[in-house]
Amino acid sequence: MGMTMTQKILAAHAGLPEVHAGDLIEAGLDIVLGNDVTTPVAIGVFEKAGFTEVFDKDRIVITLDHYTPCKDIKSAELCKTARDFAVKHNISHFYDVGTVGIEHALLPEQGIVGPGDCIIGADSHTCTYGALGAFSTGVGSTDMAAGMASGLNWFKVPPAIKVELKGKLQPFVSGKDVILHLIGEIGVDGALYKSLEFTGEGVSELSMDDRFTISNMAIEAGGKNGIFPVDEKTMEYIKGRFEREPAVFEADEDAEYERVVTIDLSELKPTVSLPHLPSNTKTAEEAAGLHIDQVVIGSCTNGRMSDMRSAASILKGKKVADGVRCIIIPATQEIYLKCIEEGILQTFVEAGCAVSAPTCGPCLGGHMGVMAAGERAVATTNRNFVGRMGHTESEVILASPAVAAASAVAGCVAVPEQEG
Amino acid sequence: MIRGKTWKFGDHVDTDVIIPARYLNAPEPSELAKHCMEDIDKSFAGAVQAGDIMVGGWNFGCGSSREHAPVAIQASGISCVIAASFARIFYRNSINIGFPILECPEASEAIKAGDIVTVDTETGKITDETTGQVFEAKPFPPFIQKIVESGGLLPYLKEKQGK
Repeated sequence: MGMTMTQKILAAHAGLPEVHAGDLIEAGLDIVLGNDVTTPVAIGVFEKAGFTEVFDKDRIVITLDHYTPCKDIKSAELCKTARDFAVKHNISHFYDVGTVGIEHALLPEQGIVGPGDCIIGADSHTCTYGALGAFSTGVGSTDMAAGMASGLNWFKVPPAIKVELKGKLQPFVSGKDVILHLIGEIGVDGALYKSLEFTGEGVSELSMDDRFTISNMAIEAGGKNGIFPVDEKTMEYIKGRFEREPAVFEADEDAEYERVVTIDLSELKPTVSLPHLPSNTKTAEEAAGLHIDQVVIGSCTNGRMSDMRSAASILKGKKVADGVRCIIIPATQEIYLKCIEEGILQTFVEAGCAVSAPTCGPCLGGHMGVMAAGERAVATTNRNFVGRMGHTESEVILASPAVAAASAVAGCVAVPEQEG
Repeated sequence: MIRGKTWKFGDHVDTDVIIPARYLNAPEPSELAKHCMEDIDKSFAGAVQAGDIMVGGWNFGCGSSREHAPVAIQASGISCVIAASFARIFYRNSINIGFPILECPEASEAIKAGDIVTVDTETGKITDETTGQVFEAKPFPPFIQKIVESGGLLPYLKEKQGK
């Protein structure tokens, strides 16, 4: 029996000719990532166990992105712990306020991760890098500590779900709509312990930003990872960024899949997830008219350049509706700068949006847009659990940047429409 | 052998309700324990007794990778979690910190809140003393059992390095 793309990458990193679903293996790691919430805990575990050296200062990435610029004294202490550790161990990829971006937009942009890599990150959305044809998965702080100490970690080889994509997306339909639709189909534990393997002719129609968004939310279906094949768009994206030699893996013809889900991209409509689970999907049209108080456009899911452009195309010359607060967060400094260069920042500010420096802030109810009881947001983020963006009686509706921008203008959930 | 009174929760208990992000800026276990389950059951942190057992439904611990979640549950006094299934990062994190968890859909469904339950983590045998029902959870594979027995992943790595 052949192997899936994920299984091949894991076999290569475990030094094994083949692996099978369910095998427990120890694999070498190309990159170990942590943020300001998870790294301090990892440092505590690392030092308590008596480790004094990291396995490779060039293979560890620390991004201070969640509560930064620091929201309070306690988060400042956490950042300081991480910062001191990064300096002490001379960590090459350490990103602090001024250079930091939201980690899962930043690492691909900076060329730190690439095709064929085996990556762990102490952040659940580490699965994002599957878009580049890497095996990449979210883990906890102890896993990060083990990775920093040894450059190795244990994995249970996942079985797979094949997601066959065909057709081409309609205008105002994006990667976010694809992944919300998929989660609505298979449920929040539909891919539990499994890999989501995206394939089919439709892949070539998706931009890299669409693919990042799709892989990013694999975890919201319970998935271990969500992986795309490497094609010309991938190679074009990594050109000038990724300096290591990319390793291109392809699934065997006779690879085993537990289930095949087919999605016709041309049939998808702008989609939203209503509170309180990402699987609670409706078309934006079905949800249209629901009152909102806040819009958040950003996050590791949808804070990339194409997301900013999509929002700007709808907000240009318009005003955010009275009574709605629209917060826009370009995910990295590079994206922020491009927004300035392209006049997009001006569009946002003129429309009455608040634009922030890169931070995860509101997505997890940290800061920069926490909600009160009874308030409701449309957000391009990834989770709409109870209390996710603030009070337990506040609500989050997940959507694409196009739907979020259209909703900001309308003052309620709205469907983006072509002008003229 | 673990013996305790059960606290029962439903399906898809996510890490945001186990320990809300607003408390992640103070990651000391004793601090986290004060707010454990706060957004789903405000009475829990004040009433839980050392040795009590938590019972959840499907996909327990879904969402964020925050290890603070199993740490908070462990520090609150809970001795083990039984669920129909666990979200994978929560599952890893629990093993890695040496916190016993058992996957058993039958036990998850049958055990009621407040039942007195005994758990043998080595064999996976779960006994509901209140109803007399007995369940078999699948025990950990030997490799994972070794990590849990070492007290977590880092002590395990240290032991391995020492050899």
